[in-house]
Amino acid sequence: MTCLAFLILFPFCIAALLYFMKTDSLIRTILVLIGAVSEMAATVLFAFTNMSDPAISQGIAYLDRTHEIDRVIAAGELLLMLLVFSQAVRFRKYYVMILSALGTLPILYMDFFGGAESTAMHIRIDELTVIMVLIVGIVGSLICIYATGYIKDYHIHHTEVKDRSGYFLAMLFVFLGAMMGLVTSDNLSWMYFFWEITSVCSFLLIGYSGTGEAVTNSFRALWMNLLGGLGFMIAILFCSTILRVSCISELQYFSTYPIMVMLPVSLLSFAALTKSAQMPFSSWLLGAMVAPTPTSALLHSATMVKAGVYLLIRLSPLMRASYAGIMVTAVGGFTFFAASLLAIGASDGKKVLAYSTVSNLGLITAAAGCGTHEAVWAGIMLLIFHAVTKSMMFMSVGVFENTTHSRDIEDMQGMIVRFPRLAFIMITGIFGMSLVPLGMCVAKWAALRAFVDSGCVYLTMFLCFGSASTLFYWIKWLGKIFMVPKGCAREDDKVGLTGWVAMYPLSVTVIVLCTLYPMVSRFMVAPLLSVMFGVSDITLIGNSDFIIMGIMVVCICLLPLIMRMVNRPDDRQVSSYMSGFNTGDDMSFFDSTGDRKEQELSNWYMSDLFGEKKIFKPCVILSASFVIIMITLCTIGGLLI
Amino acid sequence: MIDIRAVISIIIYILFTPMISSLISGIDRKVTARMQGRKGPKIMQPWYDLLKLFSKEAAVVNRIQKILIIAHFVFALGSGVILFGGGDLLLMLFSLTMAEVFLILASYSVNAAYSEIGAQRELLQMMSYEPMMLLCAVGFYLTTGSFYVSDIIRTSFAPIVTMPGFFIGFWFILIIKFRKSPFDLSTSHHAHQELIKGLTGDLSGRLYGFYELAELYEKVMMLAMVGLFFLYDNPVSIIYAVIAVGAVMFSMSLIDNIFPRVKWELLLKYSYIVTLFAGGANLLILSLFL
Repeated sequence: MTCLAFLILFPFCIAALLYFMKTDSLIRTILVLIGAVSEMAATVLFAFTNMSDPAISQGIAYLDRTHEIDRVIAAGELLLMLLVFSQAVRFRKYYVMILSALGTLPILYMDFFGGAESTAMHIRIDELTVIMVLIVGIVGSLICIYATGYIKDYHIHHTEVKDRSGYFLAMLFVFLGAMMGLVTSDNLSWMYFFWEITSVCSFLLIGYSGTGEAVTNSFRALWMNLLGGLGFMIAILFCSTILRVSCISELQYFSTYPIMVMLPVSLLSFAALTKSAQMPFSSWLLGAMVAPTPTSALLHSATMVKAGVYLLIRLSPLMRASYAGIMVTAVGGFTFFAASLLAIGASDGKKVLAYSTVSNLGLITAAAGCGTHEAVWAGIMLLIFHAVTKSMMFMSVGVFENTTHSRDIEDMQGMIVRFPRLAFIMITGIFGMSLVPLGMCVAKWAALRAFVDSGCVYLTMFLCFGSASTLFYWIKWLGKIFMVPKGCAREDDKVGLTGWVAMYPLSVTVIVLCTLYPMVSRFMVAPLLSVMFGVSDITLIGNSDFIIMGIMVVCICLLPLIMRMVNRPDDRQVSSYMSGFNTGDDMSFFDSTGDRKEQELSNWYMSDLFGEKKIFKPCVILSASFVIIMITLCTIGGLLI
Repeated sequence: MIDIRAVISIIIYILFTPMISSLISGIDRKVTARMQGRKGPKIMQPWYDLLKLFSKEAAVVNRIQKILIIAHFVFALGSGVILFGGGDLLLMLFSLTMAEVFLILASYSVNAAYSEIGAQRELLQMMSYEPMMLLCAVGFYLTTGSFYVSDIIRTSFAPIVTMPGFFIGFWFILIIKFRKSPFDLSTSHHAHQELIKGLTGDLSGRLYGFYELAELYEKVMMLAMVGLFFLYDNPVSIIYAVIAVGAVMFSMSLIDNIFPRVKWELLLKYSYIVTLFAGGANLLILSLFL
């Protein structure tokens, strides 16, 4: 319990300290390092103590009488609302005031007058909590370390942005604390409080640079998340006044008769869809890339969007064969496919990563909505792999941008020669995201089997088509990295110590996880699912497959080594083939009239077919109308019952 | 644990595939020539070509190219081993994808126009046939209850009975996979390809030999997949499978000679339509009734 309090409160303390250290200094870097390392240590300690406790499979609950803390949280909610108000007035975006007031005041009213005085526990820890705490604690802390070096470089290159780096780092730590609170709270109002902190926090981080675009995008993120928060709030009101339930774990009692909780579940899933940037709401996450890269790394991997899918996984036993479940699976499956097509048309590295996040979250969402134990297994695995891999990808793109002032994939040509160490990180990341022996693809494989077993035809189709287009955008990126223009030489990458400290452990984790995930499955996911769904045996991927994949991993890891060994100079090196006569430098040729022509190579974007301009709007309209119809159905159905 | 039959079939696959596959290619070329009223090359000509390639020095554009082509070969061979060893169909497909990726990366690494366009067209081809490939594996799973080839060939009836739609879809993507005429965008066996040799434009000598060898292994693998639609626990089914493979090969030559090459948009469109309507409809029916 002390450990848990430390996990939640300590980041807030560090944040408070950082807030007052305006300028970059050694002391500040050390403070961030101390903060991040202690948070990581506490995370590991927390995981060990809880996992060794045999009671974990049923969930360990704490804190039943929390009158004082409830008051503090109520005050915090009020504070958040006032903060949103002040920002809304400052930028004249008054509509968010309405959303914020609507989302906060009824809860405050309920806290003070009436509402069920709950006797249930407020904090509950099971394996899913431990997994989430590990992700937030380790990946999140590494991103904080990375941010110290990054933000220094950022302000060197962006002199037009006012240096508020202390505030920036502080916000990152607030985020960590809020996420820790969110994943350990069982009480819905507590969860809602932390939920709103992450919404407001991401709003502040996206608007960091203060440019017009940043402000617009940050308010978009804010209103979408506040709208989701509104759904969350109504669900809480419904639960406490009609169902007399205040905790998310108590909702599970209805799993034998899920129609009773259809309304709150659908509203909570609606909130989760906004937070996880599913299709009608994807634009806020795409807009978030205007912020400095650590923000994106944090929003996309360990925090924020993962809060949404975490909630969906919690609710998954209630979703099977209900309208809420249909809404979630359809939106998730559709988002997976649509976002993977949209990613093909993007050339900005961060945008491709953003679309890929939206797409992968869609798959996790669909898996959670499916509500079978196999699908949820795949969903949790996807969540773990995605957090580790995606944070690393964002970091490497961020470093690339600081080094070359561009994050366009077209400019990544020849990275394998120019920045071999950075290329290693990126290649590991892309392999990890898309190809089989490594993480994501294995989880996708499991998801495919789970979808087929659940008899959901349209999900199977979405997955088959979506994984083909996913492959397309990753491999063409990978191709750019592998391109070797003649005469390009190694250059100096501006990664810095903090960058390596953050990226190397993650890249090792990506590789190690793909050999260790059966352990994760056996000790953490399987016991969790056996409580959630009452099944004990989960074998989606057989033992013999696992051995073959082991061999494949070894093959791929040996590849760079063999590369060194076969680098004998005895192969005759020639110029590449061009349509005219190669001038000898492989970069230009003489055409039929004898003129010298430069060769320029570019990737394929198919923007006439899948461009953002072409299909983004139809996708949003389609999914939005679907969500509205489903929510209306659930509301009518829920109220009738 | 180790199945002796699996080991034997893997060994046969590794040792004899180059010969058998060359023979199949040779017949294919002969049939094509006869359709065009030519005499055609010797029936074992692809085999002699291969031997000659391996006796030639490889000139490389850069050093990464070499290792990527070898990796392509290893993974292509490996996926065949999974298939003939009775392994998981999905794993085999993923391994095959890996092999393709290495080939594409090798072409990218050259940094030359023809190779790069070839590589991107190859990526597009992959994007076109990948959904149907996965769906086929799903179809086998729904029909026989297992993704393992060793279980699929032991069912009591030929899988084609319940998965005709999948078969049509698979047949369609085989045209892409075998680089036959309407869909030979990335690299072609014909002399009139506007990309010269596209994808393989900067491969030469021994290195090109490795690519050709990998193609031969892949070809047998794909034909084995065709056979899989017809095999069941009756030895007679082997005859059906062989007939089916022969018919499929003949239809490939025929189509190659009839249709001119299409634009990439059409490739994507056609293959997705076929996947959706042949594969998707069959999947829907299967999951409704099973």
